[in-house]
Amino acid sequence: MLTSEEIAEIEQELAHYDRKRAACIDALKIVQRRRGWVPDDALRAIAELLEMSVDELDGVATFYNLIYRRPVGRHVVHVCDSVSCWLMGTDAITERFRERYGVAPGETDADGRFTVLPIPCLGCCDRAPAMLVDGILHTDLTPDLLDEALERYR
Amino acid sequence: MMERPLTANIRPGEPPLDIDGYERAGGYRAVRKALTEMSPEDVLDVVRASGLRGRGGAGFPTGQKWSFMPRGDDAPAPRYLIANADEMEPGTFKDRLLLEGDPHLLIEGMIVSAYALGATIAYIFLRDEYRVAAERLKRAIGEAKERGWLGEHILGSPFGLELHLHMSAGRYICGEETALISALEGRRAIPRTKPPFPQLVGLWGKPTVVNNVETLCNVPHIVSFGADWFKGLSRTNDAGTKLYGVSGKVKRPGAWELPMGTTIRELLEELAGGMREGYRFRGLLPGGASTDFLVEEHLDAPMDFDSIQKLGSRLGTGTMIVLDDRTCPVAMVHNLEHFFAQESCGWCTPCRDGLPYVEHLLASIDEGSGQPHDLDLLEMHTRYLGPGRTFCAHAPGAMEPLQSALRYFRDDFERHIAERRCPYR
Repeated sequence: MLTSEEIAEIEQELAHYDRKRAACIDALKIVQRRRGWVPDDALRAIAELLEMSVDELDGVATFYNLIYRRPVGRHVVHVCDSVSCWLMGTDAITERFRERYGVAPGETDADGRFTVLPIPCLGCCDRAPAMLVDGILHTDLTPDLLDEALERYR
Repeated sequence: MMERPLTANIRPGEPPLDIDGYERAGGYRAVRKALTEMSPEDVLDVVRASGLRGRGGAGFPTGQKWSFMPRGDDAPAPRYLIANADEMEPGTFKDRLLLEGDPHLLIEGMIVSAYALGATIAYIFLRDEYRVAAERLKRAIGEAKERGWLGEHILGSPFGLELHLHMSAGRYICGEETALISALEGRRAIPRTKPPFPQLVGLWGKPTVVNNVETLCNVPHIVSFGADWFKGLSRTNDAGTKLYGVSGKVKRPGAWELPMGTTIRELLEELAGGMREGYRFRGLLPGGASTDFLVEEHLDAPMDFDSIQKLGSRLGTGTMIVLDDRTCPVAMVHNLEHFFAQESCGWCTPCRDGLPYVEHLLASIDEGSGQPHDLDLLEMHTRYLGPGRTFCAHAPGAMEPLQSALRYFRDDFERHIAERRCPYR
């Protein structure tokens, strides 16, 4: 099921494209923005609205790094694991997440505060290592600066 | 006239110019010149004469790409222009600078380019992670619409352009132009067969041109100042300036606009300040993850398309990634191949199955459990996944750092196998 606000927002996006299905990424994001992730019932409702089969839409949803088809924590952390960040110490950041926050890449911590996911190159290789928290970029990280940055995300 | 046209308006740490500031700095004069003094063919001609080559990595001549677009009253319509702002090549951070630093320049480039192409609808295909760029582009598009630079009858002419910002959802293959078109249509981002090329059968089956952000940002200046001026910016036969970048263990990582043909050494030693204390140079990928390693003997080469190609690598995106002497080259290639295996779209078998196998072989060598014949297997894959064997350039690109690492860092691979451990740990 979709809420009437969700439907209204999706319908606005339809105007930008020649075909309904082209708005599917926008539609998935509209739902995810409100619910944190895309549950099966919402996926089915979007498919119906955009005249796609459920499988086609799930094929699109699961293709992308930033559409979540499973529940996530209150904050989603994407740690860049591509080459420049790796050279500059991504592994130390991932290790700090594991050690201090009890969360390995791909997992959510016990109290649902963080979901930590690896992400390819964030395009700020001159300020590596980098991560996104709820879409906000944090750069030049060290394990200690990581702790400091995460204070803001309770 | 400007020496650094792409970044003339960009002040590090400051917000981009709004439309008033941009117009005061000479912005949108290329639109005025094109629409009032030039025919679409004139614009195409000057871009072709300028020698501008695509800045997304492939280096294909932009004028030639445009020339395949059908023209005239009986050409299929609508025709589309897409700015490829899905910057996701590992080690690449140049388009971000333009998108965040001067969004109106991209918009102006798109208006002029669309006029040349007869395109009436345009999309900026932006990666979702570039949130700051998205906000700035949205504001700039709004301002341009309000001033009449976008919409119908621009400057009272018959030409109009509708411009939309499309935010993707994160997948490397979307940077491949036919996969990008699939993505924009709301399908899985799978590349398409070429031919037909997108200029004939593109978005929703209509003629479409896809250009990189940096490419499009060059167009207004070429129209304003001419082809000879553009050629004169370069030190070599490849015209224009280039946004170069350096990352890795150097003193001052960063991105700079410099004349095309600036040497690797100048970038590495002067701009980036050389290696950090305690680290020595081992090699570099000149233009992102999908380019072949270069080493010490290549440092005096000019960073342009032809010169880097002669050395067996590619200029790619022009943003180099530096390998130092304390980082394991096997582990670095393992990191790269992990990326390529993960980002394979899965459409064709060599790429879908071959890349994870390559990653697996590298992981075992990296961990000290590699066998001597693993190197032969890796060599075999560099051919098996090379050009002509796969549906698109993803797997061949993935093989570039691997094949050159096997050549330049052979001893490191062999030591891992002989000593059954990583000598760097």
